[in-house]
Amino acid sequence: MSQSTSSGGEQKRISMLKVLNPFHVWALGVGIVLVGEFMGWNFSVAKGGAYGALIACWVIGLLYSCVAMIDSEVTSTVAAAGGQYTQAKHIIGPLMAFNVGLYLVMAYTMLEAADALIVGDLMAAVASATGYADLNPQPFVVLTIAFLAWLNYRGVFMTLTVNFVITLFAFLAIIALFIGSDPLNPGNILKHSDLLTELPYGWIGVVAALQFGMWYYLGIEGTCQAAEEVRSAGRSIPLGTIGGILTLLVAATLTWYVSTGLMPWQYLGQATTPLYDAASIIGNPSLQIVLFIGTMFAAIASANGCINDAARAWFSMGRDRYMPTWFGAIHPHYRTPFRAIIFLIPIAVSFAFTGLLDQVITFSILSGLLGYTFMSFNMVRFRKMWPLDVIKRGYIHPFHPIPAFTLLGLCSVVYFATFLGYGASLLSIMAFYIVASVWFVKRRYQFVKRADQFTMPWPRPKGY
Amino acid sequence: MTNYIPKIQHKRGQLFDSLFILFLVYVSLYIPLFMESDTKSADETTSVQVITWESLNVSPVEQEQWQKLGFDELAAAEIINDRFDYTIDPVMLIITVLVIVGYFFFVLRVSDRQYREVIEEKFGAAGSRATNEQEDAR
Repeated sequence: MSQSTSSGGEQKRISMLKVLNPFHVWALGVGIVLVGEFMGWNFSVAKGGAYGALIACWVIGLLYSCVAMIDSEVTSTVAAAGGQYTQAKHIIGPLMAFNVGLYLVMAYTMLEAADALIVGDLMAAVASATGYADLNPQPFVVLTIAFLAWLNYRGVFMTLTVNFVITLFAFLAIIALFIGSDPLNPGNILKHSDLLTELPYGWIGVVAALQFGMWYYLGIEGTCQAAEEVRSAGRSIPLGTIGGILTLLVAATLTWYVSTGLMPWQYLGQATTPLYDAASIIGNPSLQIVLFIGTMFAAIASANGCINDAARAWFSMGRDRYMPTWFGAIHPHYRTPFRAIIFLIPIAVSFAFTGLLDQVITFSILSGLLGYTFMSFNMVRFRKMWPLDVIKRGYIHPFHPIPAFTLLGLCSVVYFATFLGYGASLLSIMAFYIVASVWFVKRRYQFVKRADQFTMPWPRPKGY
Repeated sequence: MTNYIPKIQHKRGQLFDSLFILFLVYVSLYIPLFMESDTKSADETTSVQVITWESLNVSPVEQEQWQKLGFDELAAAEIINDRFDYTIDPVMLIITVLVIVGYFFFVLRVSDRQYREVIEEKFGAAGSRATNEQEDAR
């Protein structure tokens, strides 16, 4: 895929660089998500108790396994920036694609804002612990977003190489915490037999816990955004995505096991930095430092990956005229969607400073959930319109259509879980997407060139 | 059939559209503040009692972990007594289901109509020569 941009007054067709490998794809997906193990997942403990959170971890793990399987097949075939947005354009149609593009931009930009807030809060906590109380975290929020945006502006290879290093460190910090908790001697440090309780709210609490169970994995589907920049999409995307979901399943299970063996569920359910608290209870200063750095790296990696993905989705929408074409430009030297990257900086900062963190996070989760709902329709149509013998896939996921229907069923349950905790936010976010859809049909679609919406070298779809 | 020629959008229009979508986002972020969304309700029955670890129904091991985290029984009581209320309002639930289902129905239906335009422009009218050419090229 190529894109025109102006350079020295001339219009040139240039494309993004194909420089990424499966490790970068893993770093993009896991990097965005892993911060959810360091904080956020534990709110599911408040909703449904420790066992409720474990059930949520596995049920949502099943949801994301379906997402990873479906994404791997479709993206290994639709290898273009924009990920699910580009898939929607080719398989369902422009309005769905516009909505999917918005899901991606909103989910990632709002998650990026929350990540930057975490970095700011951690800096303030360090300052307070070292005698500099009342440090204003806001400059650190701005600096974090600005620095990561600069990194993204300069090139995807360096961006995701940095992400690989810091994500790996954060993952190893979780392993170190697990080893440091002496798991082979139950009752010594870990006290599950004394701390685990019955379900405090019964099964309705378990259902409610599913909403925050999303934090264990939210964003893994972002691997698709790298499709246009990997050397071999058919190999790298499935390897990186499925390797990523396996990493997260391990990390989520270890996180739950260590945390619930150290903290009463009521505390855990509202803790800001549960893994750091776990290290504090163990009382090993080295482990505390490792977990502090791990938490910081996880938040930075997540924000970094979010900038990467949000910018590519926004860029793709600009390239297709779903949003203003000005955003659809690639930097002539760095080969990055530089205008989209820069445009989203002040927006992420403003989200961080609204003081509405709850709404911002719910918006992010719900946008992700709407995207997963789309994937189930998308997969069924993809197989129907282009059966396996019609176009070559880089990866074919097994047991179709079971993953698609399982995904749709689980998404419905998570909508209900969101209704239980954030019913008003759910309705207002749906109102946003409905108004935006009407606006697209009535205004933006007139600027869209119809035939340009189908760029894959595929035959005519069956039924059309 | 003649291909659709899209309008060219000027820079002012591009700026307006970018700001409009941002305006919508901010409105939807602030709307919940004006609607009742808080499902949490503190347990008020314990506020007048003398709080001890025993009255909080906390085991000795749990008490030890609370204390390692720097909490005394008063601070722990605030967290322990803060409970969720999962009462379901059936009318709101039905409205929410209708909104979500209606949204996807609308988006899928309109997308299908638009998709047919895309396919027709890309491959030609159904059954035309263009279709065969594409399949031959494959």
